[in-house]
Formats: sequence, C-alpha cells, structure tokens
Amino acid sequence: MTAIGAELLLQTEIGAGLLPQTAIGAELLLQTEIGAGLLPQTAIGAGLLLQLGLGALAVVSGLMAAPSLRSRAGGILCTLLAVTGLATGLGALLGATGGLLIPIALPMDPLVLAPDRLGGLFMLVVSGVGILVSLYSMSSTRGADASRTAWVAMPVFLVGMQLVPAATDSVSFLLAWEIMTLGSTVLLLADHASRATVASASIWYSAMSQLSFFFILAGFAVLAAASGGTSFTSLQAVEPGSWPANLAFVLLLLGFGGKAELVPLHVWVPRVLPEAPSHVSAAMSGAMVKIGVYGGLLVCVRLLPDGPPWWGIAIMLVGGVSALYGILQASVSSDLKVLLAYSTTENMGLVFLGLGASMLLRGFDATAAADAALVAALLLTISHAAFKSTLFLGAGAIIHATGERNLDRLGGLGARMPVTAAAFGIASLGAAAIPITSGFVAEWMLLQSLIHGGRLDGAVVSVAASVAMPLAVAVIALTAGLALLTFVKAYGIAFLARPRSAAAADAREVPRLMQLALALGALFVLALGLLPGPIAALVAHTVSSNPTTAVQSVGLGGVSLPGIGAVLDPIMLVVLSALVAIPVIVSIIVSARRHPHRTVDLPWGGGGSRARPRMQYTATSYAEPLVRVFDDVLKPSRDVQVTHVAESRYLVERVRVEQRVSDIFETRLYRPVLNLLQRYGIVVRHLANGSIHRYLSYSFVALLIVLIVVSL
Amino acid sequence: MNTALSSIIIASVQVVLFVFLAPLLMGLIRQVRATIEGRAGAGIWQPWRDVRKLLAKNPVRAEGSSWMLRAGPVALMVSSLLLCVLLPLVGTIPFPSIPSDLFVIVSVMLIGVVALALVGLDGGTAFGGMGSSRHMTVAALVEPTLLLSVYALSIPAGTSTISAIVETRLLSPEVIISPVSVLALVALSIAIMAETARLPIDNPGTHLELTMLHEAMTLEASGRDLAWLEVGSWLKLAALLGLVSNLVVPWGIVTDFSALGLLIGVVTIAVKVLVLGVLLSVGEIFLAKVRLFQVPELLAGSFALAFLAVTASYLVA
Repeated sequence: MTAIGAELLLQTEIGAGLLPQTAIGAELLLQTEIGAGLLPQTAIGAGLLLQLGLGALAVVSGLMAAPSLRSRAGGILCTLLAVTGLATGLGALLGATGGLLIPIALPMDPLVLAPDRLGGLFMLVVSGVGILVSLYSMSSTRGADASRTAWVAMPVFLVGMQLVPAATDSVSFLLAWEIMTLGSTVLLLADHASRATVASASIWYSAMSQLSFFFILAGFAVLAAASGGTSFTSLQAVEPGSWPANLAFVLLLLGFGGKAELVPLHVWVPRVLPEAPSHVSAAMSGAMVKIGVYGGLLVCVRLLPDGPPWWGIAIMLVGGVSALYGILQASVSSDLKVLLAYSTTENMGLVFLGLGASMLLRGFDATAAADAALVAALLLTISHAAFKSTLFLGAGAIIHATGERNLDRLGGLGARMPVTAAAFGIASLGAAAIPITSGFVAEWMLLQSLIHGGRLDGAVVSVAASVAMPLAVAVIALTAGLALLTFVKAYGIAFLARPRSAAAADAREVPRLMQLALALGALFVLALGLLPGPIAALVAHTVSSNPTTAVQSVGLGGVSLPGIGAVLDPIMLVVLSALVAIPVIVSIIVSARRHPHRTVDLPWGGGGSRARPRMQYTATSYAEPLVRVFDDVLKPSRDVQVTHVAESRYLVERVRVEQRVSDIFETRLYRPVLNLLQRYGIVVRHLANGSIHRYLSYSFVALLIVLIVVSL
Repeated sequence: MNTALSSIIIASVQVVLFVFLAPLLMGLIRQVRATIEGRAGAGIWQPWRDVRKLLAKNPVRAEGSSWMLRAGPVALMVSSLLLCVLLPLVGTIPFPSIPSDLFVIVSVMLIGVVALALVGLDGGTAFGGMGSSRHMTVAALVEPTLLLSVYALSIPAGTSTISAIVETRLLSPEVIISPVSVLALVALSIAIMAETARLPIDNPGTHLELTMLHEAMTLEASGRDLAWLEVGSWLKLAALLGLVSNLVVPWGIVTDFSALGLLIGVVTIAVKVLVLGVLLSVGEIFLAKVRLFQVPELLAGSFALAFLAVTASYLVA
C-alpha cells in the first residue's frame, strides 16, 4: 500500500488554479475511465493516499510489533500520519485542489475525496490535535491502553477523522464518519476489563453515536431524494425554504449536534470523555467533536445556505442552552475530567451560537457582522482544539503522576510538576478567555459581531435580532464568567496550596515526551492568541465570499474587522503591560534586596496554631455558593451522616457529607424513555418465546397482510 | 501634534495621576466615613503611609505557597495600571492599535480578578479559599450586567470603544439623561460596586469571617505582596469611578490635545473622582451589607435593568 503511495507520489503534480468542485469531479471521472481505481491527481490526492498508506502501516505495526516496541512504533507512525494530514490540510486551506476518486458500481454519484478550503481547515485542526496526541501517547500508554487493539484502533480513528472533511459526497462522508466512530469506540473500550464504568460508558457512546449517525443518514437521504444525487454539489440544488430542506435541516442538526456534544444530546460526554484514556479524551474532545462542527457548517454554509430565519434562531437557542448548561455543570464538578468534558459542551455551544447568529444576520443582510460571527465561530473551534486537547493531556499527566482525577484529593502539584502546571495554566487561561490567549480573541470577535449585528447603518435590522443579540451577549458573558470560576478552581485547587492526599504529595513530573506534547499545545494556545490577524484572514477565506472586507490583518499580527470597525492587537497589549510592569518590577527588586522574605509554617492561618491540608478549601466547597445559586437547574442531592461518639448525643466522632449533582437531561428526559423501552422489552419478550410454531404463524400473518396490501 | 504621541502623553499622565490619586481617594473615603460616624479617623494620607510601611517590611510567606503568592499581586497591579492606561480618564485620544474597547477592558480587569482569586487559594488556608470562592462567584454573576450595560451605552455611539462613547455624550449631552442611559448607568454602578468589593456586596471595613470577600483573600499576604494587592484594588476602584464620572459628566475631558486642555483634564478628573468618592462614602453609611446568598438577587435585578436598557434602545430609539 505504501509502496504504491510512494510511487504514485512521484507521478503527482501540484494542482494549479482554482477549479470549481464539479469540474474536478468530472475531470477525475474522465481519468478513471483510463486508469485504475485510485488516482492521485494532485498533491492533495497524494497526501490523502499517503495517509491511507501510513494508516494501514500503523495498523500492521499495531498488530505485529512486539509489546515493548508497540507504543513507540505506533506513536511514530501516527505522528507521521498526522503530519501528512497537516500538510494536506494546509494545502487545501491555501487553495490547492484535487483529491481521490473511488469508482463504485452502484448507481449513484462516485465517491470523491477532495477537500475544499473549509475541509482543509478542519483537516488541519484534526491533524494538529493528532500530532499532540500521538507524541503524548508514545510514552503515556501503559497496560490496556497500550494493547494491540488500542494501537490498531488509533490510526483508524485518526484516518477516519481526516477523511470526513475530505468527503465531497454524502456516501463517502458517512463511510468516513463510521470509520471514525468505530475507531473511537474501540479506543474507549481498551480499558474495559479493569473498570466497570468503561463498559457502561461504551454502551452510552455506541448508542448515542448510532443515534447521531441515524439522524445524519436520514437527513442526507431526505436531501438525496429531493435532489436526485448523493454528491454535495447535487444536494445543493434543494431549495432551502422547501419542506425537505426543513426536515433535513432538523435531522442533520440533531445528528451533528449529537457529535458536537450539544444539549440535549450531550449525555454521553460526562461518561465517555472521563472514562477514555486521557490521550483518547484529548483526541475526542479536541478533534472528533470538531467534525460535528464541520457537519454543522457543511449544512448551514455549504449545502443549505440562506435558510429561513428560524434556522438561525434554532441553532442560537441550542447553542446558548448548551453553553450555559455545560459551563454550569463544569463549574460544580469536582472530577477534573468531567469538568473538562462539560466545558467542551460549553465551547461547542458558543461555536453554534456564533454560527446561528451569522445565519440570522445574513438573513437580514448584515453581511459584515454575519461574516465576523462565522469567523469567530471558526476561531473558537480552532482555539478550543488547542486548549482543550492540552487540558485533557494535562489531566492525563496528573493521573499519570498521582492516579487521581478527583480535584478534592489533589493540590500543590505546581511545585512538583512545573511543566505540566505551566501548560495546564496557559490552556486554562485560553479556556477562560483571558488575554492574550486564543480563547480571548475568538470571544472578543463573537461579541463584536453580536453588538454590531443589531443595527445596519443605524437602523434596527429586525425585532428578532434586537432581542436575540442582547440575550446572546448575556449568555456569552455569563458563560465567560462561570468559565473563569471553573478554571480558577481547576488550576488553583490542583496546582496551588498544599497537597490534599499522599498521592498528590508524592507526584513527580511526567516523562519528556509527554512534557513536549503539553508544551507544544500551550505554545499553540499562545500563538493563536498573539497572532490572530493572519489566522483569522486565512480562516475568512474558507467561509466568506468577500474575505478581505470581513477580516484583515493589521500591525504585528493584530486583527481588524473593517466591516464593523473593530481592532485588536494583542502584541501591543503585551508591550503596554510590559511597560507598566517595569516600575513595579524595579521597585520589587530594590525592595527584595533590602527586605528579603521569610518563610514560616503558618503566616496567619486564621489565627490558629497549625494548618492541616484538610483545612483547605476543596473543589466541592469552592463551587458550593454556585450550587446554591443555581439549585433549580442543578438539583443537588445532599447526604449528611453524623456518627456520634458512643453514649453521647453531643460529641461527634465523624461527619460524612456527600453531595451529588445530577444531569437533569439524563434524569428527566432519557431515564423515562429508557424505562419505557425496558417495559416494552419485557412485554415483547412474551411474543418471542422461542416457539417455532409461533414464529411460523407470525410469518403467515405477515404474508397475508402483504397480500392484502398488494391487492388493494 | 500627531495622535500617537498625544495618546502616549495622555496615557502616561493618566497612570501617574491615578497612582497618586488612588490612595488619596481611599483615604478620603475612609475619612469621610469616620467623620460622619463621629470618629476622628486617620486622615486622608493614611493609605500612603500604609503603602510606604508595607514596602519596607520583610514579606512573610507560608511554607508550601508557590510563586503565585509573589506573581499574583504584581499581575493585579499590572491589570489595574492597564485599566488606567486604556480607559478614557484624562483624555479620549486612544492608541490607534488598541482602542479602549469595552471587551478588552473587561478582560484586562478579569486578569486582576483571577490573579487575586489564585493568591487567595495559594495560602492553603480555609479563609483564603472561602474568599476566593465567593469572589469568583460574584465576579461570574456580575459579568452579564457589566457587558450588557456598556453594550446599552455603546448603541448611541455605534461602537464599543469607550472613548468614542464618551465623546458622543460630550457632543450630544441629551443622550446622558435619556432613560436608556440612566438605566444602563444604574446597572453599571451596581456592577462596579460588586467588582470593587464595596457595600452592599462586600464590606471593605470588616474582618469578620462570615462577611469577608475581598479581605479574606489578602489575609495571608504581607509586606510588598500585600502592598501591591492593596494599591491594585484602589487603582481599580479609582479608574472605574473615573469611568463612571466621565460617562455622567463628560465635560473637561481632553479631546484635542493641548497643554492647557491637559491641565484642565487632570484637574477635572481628579475633582470628579474625589467628589464621586465622597458620594460613595456617604451612600455607604446608609447601606448594610446584604447576605451573600442575596447578592445574586441584587445582581439579577441589575441585569434586568441592563437588559431593559439594551432592548429599549433598539426598540424605542
């Protein structure tokens, strides 16, 4: 496979010019009549083929390599695979065209893998995360995580994620989608023997993935029936206002929303992401979820643009609810990985909020604001990929070092694991949208587009927009505030103060390769935040018809939105802060020379004479005020057990407090449905009791019904 | 004179002026309160003496505390100094590449909020964590009000740049007393009271564990660490009061650069901030701190005002 890939690579030529999608398809079709099955037309095609080859090689190495070499070999091959993906994606993003055509005998449009600019962007994001994850997993995987199955599934998962954005027809899209789902499910299952929760998580994940797949399949089927073709070009012919378009929109939104962890289809997230090995969680949350976003963009920007206003409002609603609900659950969670998982729901909610706002605004001809909102949504997607994969890898490093992911038992890791602490801290700043990180730029742009979207040349665009925009701003503001609390809690409780358990006290820094992956991730977060201009300008080319009026790069990597007159230059902000910090730092140096500091056991400690680590605030107590404020939504259940010293009602030996916050969507929406299904199953069991006579009579009745229906 | 140079001059003047003014404002607020309550008070220069004393002490740090205890106070100080640079206090001539954009300013302020909360946690004591948790809860709930009220103020100007908003109010003063603007200013004032830990959200004079928010976080800091925390918080209060006073009474602010204009600008902003400080102090005499779990209701009320202001400005105007 690779030999062929390499050989074909030699014959390839760089694709020139910007041919429209259909022309490429036709050209490829002509070529296949002459040549054999897989034809790399251009560098992009060669890149895709090389990825397939490397993926196959990685699968073989996963199967054949000795256990001691497996992680190293698999990791190197997966890194190479991701690097190839990065190059291919970059090429497609910069405007190179071409791809692979897979001829099939079935009477439908041929399967063509040819990423456009938007697809290229997502390939870039996915493979960027892929590189981090592959480097990290080389030294992080142990035991079941490094099993033969896991290392076979890893390249399959990575290749699947790369192929989805490359697909240009619904059939290859769905095929790649299922490859991706299959790979991730197997990876999740790797550790099922040692922990029972993994098995339950796998069932939830499989069920929810297949539900998503069903919705997407149904959505594409509706569109294909209405347009008479399966390629995206022919699906575009469906009139956006028509009923098949409306039906397909709802189905596809449900399907892609499920993958993008939107409420109410997010229930798999808090189970699956914490139970998966950390590098897999990072790949799922950093990369796979983005494929859900890509699906959303595919529908709303490419296949069915100019939909009716209620589409935009529906997406904004789903996004806003997801953002608020996700961050609220994240802020009260004490399990580090559950916290990160719910925060993914929040970020994806914000992305869809931006997407919905851009659709709504485009409908009202506020093009500049609509473009800015769409670019903001994409920037948020990219920055989320950077900071969330770093955070998950950081959580993995903590688990690697302490075996704990419960924040209540961590603490003081900053001094023990400095590199992890620094990377996790920078990524946390990104997640909390603090300058100068990537998250800040994206949220700034989203807010700018919203506050300028309500009016066009001084006139109010519509009543809907003038209510929706302030509400959206309020949702983003509250989300940002709660995200701040969440990540101050996550970083502060885990890395600062004194260790709350022996495991945390004995923690050691993780191996070099894991540190490298963490540092690279943190670097991405900072680079995206410091140089938003060139990145935003590049991103604007993928979605905007008129990119230079939407976003421009100014100064040293600054970004400007000419359409709505807003400018941001993070590097200047850094320079300014450095300037104002100089006098402060000089006076510190002078003062430190004259008055050195003293270290004592306990400077004040509430006036006490000792300070035990157990006296510190924990993550649970940190979030307690919030649980009280939002108890209507969170429905906390609290269990207090007081054990008295024998024969005394007044002396207390121990108090045990347990507080649980449930997911209301699971208890109120899913439980009743599952119970109903279970009851149905019990009833139906009597119908299928194993008697052959009964089954024969069923067939007979069915035959009769068919005959009657046919004769009518 | 070109814009870049005049904006640099104005920014430097603002920083120097506010570093001088903030402790004075604090002293004035405390002295007015003491006088009304019938106490002698320590005089308006006491905060200056406190800072000098703190800078000349050896800081005491707990075993197990990290670099955050040293860096956090500096980060708070830098964030407050940046507020003084970016906000239109003496003049409305912004830097060309970083205009005084509302969202940037709020985020710069949040750097200080986060730094203070982490310093609170780093001590490893119950009080620090408690203060940090309450402080972040309030900060999270204030944010919607803060953004929406300035959003409402930004609509007449058509931009989120605060300098432009102040200039618009200077040119057409009828905007200031429009219902939308009044609603937004009330909401903004409540948000600022919460952000700067003033009554009725926090009691700056207390050291009772049940009522502390801000003070609880600084308990473990001493020497220069404490000095930066204190000065940073004062600077933030002074800068935000300066912003409110310029939104209500924009006259005197420098729009075209000149030496005389700069002098007038410096004097007027100093007077405005000090007068507002006295008003704040007198108002606080009549207020009691609300219970922590009633703070969200107060903030929800202010959020409703801000939301009303935004929608009204769209639908009525």
